[in-house]
Amino acid sequence: MIVFAYTRDLLLGLWIVFKRTFTKPVTVQYPEERPYLPPRWRGRIVLTRDPDGEERCVACHLCAAVCPVDCIALQAAEDPTSYDRRYPEFFRINFSRCIYCGYCEEACPTYAIQLVPDFEQSEYARRNMVYEKEDLLISGTGKYPDYNFYRVAGVKIRDKDKGGAENERPPVDVKSLMP
Amino acid sequence: MIDWGRTCLITVTMLGGLLTLASLLIWVERRLLGIWQERCGPNRVGPGGILQPLADMIKMFTKEDWIPPFADKVVFVLTPAIVVVTTLMTFAVVPIAPGFIVADVNVGILFFLAMSSLAAYSVIVGGWASNSKFAFLGSLRATAQLISYEVFMGLSLMGTVALAGSFSLTDIVEAQRGLWFIVPQFLGFIIFFIAGLAETHRAPFDVPEAEAELVAGYHAEYSGMKFGMFFVGEYLSITLLSAMIVILFFGGWHGPVLPPVLWFLLKTSVFIALIILIRGTWPRLRFDQFLSFSWKVLIPLALINLVVTGGIVLARNG
Ligand code: SF4
Ligand code: SF4
Repeated sequence: MIVFAYTRDLLLGLWIVFKRTFTKPVTVQYPEERPYLPPRWRGRIVLTRDPDGEERCVACHLCAAVCPVDCIALQAAEDPTSYDRRYPEFFRINFSRCIYCGYCEEACPTYAIQLVPDFEQSEYARRNMVYEKEDLLISGTGKYPDYNFYRVAGVKIRDKDKGGAENERPPVDVKSLMP
Repeated sequence: MIDWGRTCLITVTMLGGLLTLASLLIWVERRLLGIWQERCGPNRVGPGGILQPLADMIKMFTKEDWIPPFADKVVFVLTPAIVVVTTLMTFAVVPIAPGFIVADVNVGILFFLAMSSLAAYSVIVGGWASNSKFAFLGSLRATAQLISYEVFMGLSLMGTVALAGSFSLTDIVEAQRGLWFIVPQFLGFIIFFIAGLAETHRAPFDVPEAEAELVAGYHAEYSGMKFGMFFVGEYLSITLLSAMIVILFFGGWHGPVLPPVLWFLLKTSVFIALIILIRGTWPRLRFDQFLSFSWKVLIPLALINLVVTGGIVLARNG
């Protein structure tokens, strides 16, 4: 009898829901309890420094280019005291547009830009969602404590000549190469 | 003769109690639904969130009370009062304990049926006066529902009336001293429960206000305290439905040990909780499904129930 089957199912549904009275709610009472965020959680964006304490960002614009919502703006400049070392004159992220996709972190060749486990970015005024370089730059190295772009790449800077990087030999002098 | 002082006292107690209860139910429903969905529900304002209705009320009073320029102003403003007033008036004939009743009329059931039909007007007229398509669809559906549940709601109660031999709610409760009418009138109880759910526009028969398809149905255009009135009216009618079920089928105030008032309140709370549980569980019917279900199944069942009960009563009285 289909009527009895339906009735049984309806009552069974009621019973299953009623049993929930005795289970603990799954809610995390947020401001008092905090959820565990894994280290690779994609949250607030920071600009890190290399182990020497210099800015890692070389203003290559790769993050700005890859950003799907175009929320990164920066202007490249050259530091006259350290030869060709490039740095961003300003670096601005509009967090009201950022979708925390992490593409900028993936694109960055120097590990400068990193997403960290922090989501508490609420603001009362919308313009406060725009973070300038001072707000983004931190004093540490973030997730990659040993990586130093200029000590790996072959570019010449103030205290490192060409070929002076790790795993690099001095460049061959072509003019001295005799047959 | 009527003892005016006593009647006034009972009226004031009932009014105060009911309005407090209705606003408390807002919190109770959200809390219970939360528990049954493995959430917490509102638990921030006051101990356990019990002051949530107060916060809601402050919010509603301070909100803009918008009357749409395309609405029929007078009717639009008057409608929310209808549902609250009619439901509150029905409580006048509800016997809570022996002697604890505002007006012990001898046609209590008829008064209840009449008032519940009037309350349905607030839904129909409110949606119509709003003059917008969602509200209009809501009231169309309410009308379609109305012409089905009103019929078997009355019919389902006639078995009880035949058994008790009276239209008076006090007499009906007294007639259940030995055996609650749920036993001989089980079919009548099921049919009345379905009709009552449809009448209060609760899930699974909440098609007139189906949030998912019609925004809020007939009260889509209402804001501020006018919306609040619809809300209070809904909770009042849940209380009324539970109270009527208790009176008609579950022996009213009868019960061992505890005082009658407590028994009545206890039984009523169980049914309020059951209605909330149903809302948390069952999916909504399409209104044509409900129409065919009520005309093809429930009305014949109600008629059979009435005929059989009538035959038994006739045979017993010889
Ligand atoms: S996380 Fe995505 S959206 Fe946000 S700045 Fe980086 S690339 Fe743009
Ligand atoms: S943060 Fe990284 S990707 Fe973006 S400009 Fe600086 S170095 Fe390039």
